[in-house]
Amino acid sequence: MKMLEIKNLHAKIDGKEILRGINLTVNAGEVHAIMGPNGAGKSTLSNVLTGREGYEITQGEVIYKGENLLELEPEERARRGVFLAFQYPVEIPGVSNIYLLKAALNAVRKHQGLEELDAIDFLTLVRSKMQLVKMDEQFLHRSVNEGFSGGEKKRNEILQMALLEPELAILDETDSGLDIDALRTVSEGVNALRNSDRSIVMITHYQRLLDYIVPDYVHVLSEGRIVKSGDKELAKELEKSGYSWVHDAPEPEGQPA
Amino acid sequence: MNDQTQQLEAITQKEYKAGFYTDIESDSLPPGLNEDVVRQISKIKGEPEFMLEWRLKAYRHWLTMDTPEWAHVHYPEIDYQAVSYYSAPKKKTDGPKSLDEVDPELLRTYEKLGVPLDERARLAGVAVDAVFDSVSVSNTFKDKLAEQGILFMPISEAIHEHPELIKKYLGSVVPQKDNYYAALNSAVFTDGSFVYIPKGVRCPMELSTYFRINAANTGQFERTLIIADDDSYVSYLEGCTAPMRDENQLHAAVVELVAMDRAEIKYSTVQNWYPGDENGKGGIYNFVTKRAACRGVSSKVSWTQVETGSAITWKYPSVVLQGDNSIGEFYSVAVTNNMQQADTGTKMIHLGKNTSSTIISKGISAGRSSNAYRGLVRIGPNAENARNYTECDSLLMGDKCAAHTFPYIEVKNPTAQVEHEASTSKISEDQLFYCKQRGLDVEDAVSMIVNGFCKQVIRELPMEFAVEAQNLLGLSLEGSVG
Repeated sequence: MKMLEIKNLHAKIDGKEILRGINLTVNAGEVHAIMGPNGAGKSTLSNVLTGREGYEITQGEVIYKGENLLELEPEERARRGVFLAFQYPVEIPGVSNIYLLKAALNAVRKHQGLEELDAIDFLTLVRSKMQLVKMDEQFLHRSVNEGFSGGEKKRNEILQMALLEPELAILDETDSGLDIDALRTVSEGVNALRNSDRSIVMITHYQRLLDYIVPDYVHVLSEGRIVKSGDKELAKELEKSGYSWVHDAPEPEGQPA
Repeated sequence: MNDQTQQLEAITQKEYKAGFYTDIESDSLPPGLNEDVVRQISKIKGEPEFMLEWRLKAYRHWLTMDTPEWAHVHYPEIDYQAVSYYSAPKKKTDGPKSLDEVDPELLRTYEKLGVPLDERARLAGVAVDAVFDSVSVSNTFKDKLAEQGILFMPISEAIHEHPELIKKYLGSVVPQKDNYYAALNSAVFTDGSFVYIPKGVRCPMELSTYFRINAANTGQFERTLIIADDDSYVSYLEGCTAPMRDENQLHAAVVELVAMDRAEIKYSTVQNWYPGDENGKGGIYNFVTKRAACRGVSSKVSWTQVETGSAITWKYPSVVLQGDNSIGEFYSVAVTNNMQQADTGTKMIHLGKNTSSTIISKGISAGRSSNAYRGLVRIGPNAENARNYTECDSLLMGDKCAAHTFPYIEVKNPTAQVEHEASTSKISEDQLFYCKQRGLDVEDAVSMIVNGFCKQVIRELPMEFAVEAQNLLGLSLEGSVG
């Protein structure tokens, strides 16, 4: 089943074209890694897919589970199962983590026509999810991301993902700012969430994340286009020879199955 | 304007929920102010001679005073001769003996406001002294409180029944000559609440007064006096709402609190007077003097206020820390939207030894409003080891509003420790997007972020008030975010 289809996507910010014809198909259950140098358009892609303001889509379309994704508000995309693990998770002073988690889960449940969870059921659920990312319960009662270390913030993102159970998860530079232990914990959390119904798009600059979360496909993004696609071996090549060689590579004809 | 801003502005333009008007015949004095009006008010209330003298003294002094102009607010000059200084619902023979005798129209007004005046009040454990325009119409739980020697009654009744307490305490914290509006209030106040908690008594329930300005062109001048004798405790809630009108209405109240040895008073306000429309038409001028005296040793007074209404707010609930080891606290959320203006803050006057004070002020500005914190911390020469902690945070929503902070610190004792922290922030696009990406709509996201910003203050409110305050924030705070 096709989860996400990006067709000839062009996007501008401040009049400057950043995405220049992206084509990508992600099927249910697949894990895709999108790699590329700084400025290739990686973050723009995740922002456009999740509906952040400030981007102008000039061409192309994005189909998510048969729906035109670009027509939906960010919160509507989220409720339909599109999740972004932020590169820089945002701090919200005075708002406890548990409050946001509960509000988020209930927003999704409401969209699905389910009852809101009561406090006890919610707590039971969230506790079980916290074990996935080895988070201490005290984090529930701290303000959202405030005073969290880099690793704690990223674990908190994966906790949210575990709780919201998205169908399409976009992980934006989830490995950045993590030491090796934190990287392992976060990766284990993500791997535990891999299943045949869930697609994951990992955006990363470095290959090392892919040692922990092994992708089905790897794409190289450069100057707003996917210039090369392959399997996990492609990432290793990149690691060896850097990004410079991909710049002149022609755009691939086909898409991975 | 981007989509998000438009969306937010749509949310902001919510109708004022309490904007209805009750059609009751009222006995009003014609507009205008002179000595005769002061005498007439005193006469209508059947006051003893000392009260009339007290009022006249205030009135004569008021004539010599000028409107204060130092506050960061702007409004056309008020014509005090165009205001009616007395308005009371028409009396039926002897006045109501029970709720059954209260004008049903009046009760419906309270019902719409959600004031738990009847049986619900008993369940909620709230005693309400409801001030409808200028006369207290109903005073629940009086008898139950009286069993413990607690006096909770309209101040007009206290003047008759407890003149010794009135003579001793009225004007003892806010003298008649204190300031322009306090002098005016002292001359023409018509009603308000009076509370006396005897020695060693812990008031078993939250006491509550709802104020409501109803008739057009009437100033409301309430006078509240709360005395907590040695080793006593009381928590007092004040809620305010006013109907929607085109003209501006004046509200100049005075609240005096006296805490004796080891006594504690907690005074909470949720102020939701009509703020005027989005173009600044109409709305209440809220010029209020609130002050507490921590007269006894180890006494404590906490002011907590959530101010979301009024066209103009001019208000500085203060604490004079006279008793050694006394404690003053001020927790405030002030919200301004559209064309609202607020100049609010506190004064902490440290006189006794080891006195301490805490000031937490959260200002939120949206629309084209202006929001100022003005605070004074004064440490007197004899206030050994006095301490103060002040935190002023401002949150801006949109780019057409303003936030100002005017902290004044005067220290005359070298052992003092005074800390001041201030911050200004905006609700960021990043925060909103983060919340939306988790499935929250803009409205809930803004409400959540703002409530988080105000958390330190909200948690000081009694439970039932906290819920109301959070809802109010939800209604009035969601402003234009840029």
